[in-house]
Amino acid sequence: MSVDQVALAEELAGSSAGAGHVASADVAEYALRLGDDALVLAQQLGMWISYAPELEEDIALGNIGLDLLGHARTLLHYAGTATGRSEDDLAYFRDEPEFRNAWLFEQPNGDFAHTIARQLFASTYLYELYGALSSSTDPTLAAIAVKSDKEVDYHRDHAIQWTLRLAGGTEESRRRMILAVVDTWPYVEELFADDALVERLAAEGVAPLPSSLRPAFDAVIARVFAEAELEIPTGRTAFTASGGGREGRHTEHLGPMLAEMQVLARAHPGASW
Amino acid sequence: MSTPGEMGTEAWPLWEVFVRANRGLSHVHVGSLHAPDADMAVRNARDLYTRRNEGVSIWVVPADAITTSDPDAKGAFFESPAGKNYRHAVYYTKSEGVKHL
Repeated sequence: MSVDQVALAEELAGSSAGAGHVASADVAEYALRLGDDALVLAQQLGMWISYAPELEEDIALGNIGLDLLGHARTLLHYAGTATGRSEDDLAYFRDEPEFRNAWLFEQPNGDFAHTIARQLFASTYLYELYGALSSSTDPTLAAIAVKSDKEVDYHRDHAIQWTLRLAGGTEESRRRMILAVVDTWPYVEELFADDALVERLAAEGVAPLPSSLRPAFDAVIARVFAEAELEIPTGRTAFTASGGGREGRHTEHLGPMLAEMQVLARAHPGASW
Repeated sequence: MSTPGEMGTEAWPLWEVFVRANRGLSHVHVGSLHAPDADMAVRNARDLYTRRNEGVSIWVVPADAITTSDPDAKGAFFESPAGKNYRHAVYYTKSEGVKHL
């Protein structure tokens, strides 16, 4: 057994529940959305390694990225069962318009505050999502969600702790945190948008409607913002990004990120080490 | 404790980390780390020292709250037991018939 197989067996939370289970076209498309969200965010967090403000934070962000990479692997593996593609095929050999992640996840790291704002919104959303998905009628999705929810709970705690500290720290850290919230908030709306696919899946009990997760998300953000004395942007600084990641329309940030992520696998197809 | 970032070159305070591997065992010193405050120190300790199921409980202690014995006074401080074998119960002979001793 190769090292990769050992690692896979450990990471593929869904494999025991769904051994040999092939995803339907709808479920595969849904798993692709979730898998791409996790993969793109994992890649972004990996870019912090050796650049974080402190060694300890370097490791924290790297660990969170690795958790997300684990989620991406199980989700993409499951998505690939519908079309006979491997997780690597999906990660390395799809082009930008074929990626289904929401725009929030592909927004650049920016400064530490921007990364924390993105982490706060992403992990709060993911925590509610995986919590609801844990009771999915699809056993593989449910198994992946149960494992992922515990990890995302920690990611959310990490982001909340830093939001409080940056907002309540120095004048400079507070200024940066406020700016990060203003810059990142426009991408929240897309996370909770329903469409025909999720409505079909919700009717079968496979997936929650994204819009149904919004009240719980808003409640957590309101509690954190109240303690941090932050405000949800209103008026001149408030706008909503058009979104479109679920249909393969992306911001200018995804292409260069994918190029870096995919270049090695494309230069040496099938390489292993 | 000062606020991180006040000075460019300032480092976060140092914390000593103790991890208890299992129920029934005591916390064991595993290393140290930097963190801005106690809450973050526990979280950093979790990331640094318990990622592979090493522990069920973590203690963090500010490094400057620990009073240590003086390394230069090692001779005098730890001398006494050496050469005083009578302090160890090695000269007693076991009575016949005593098992499990």
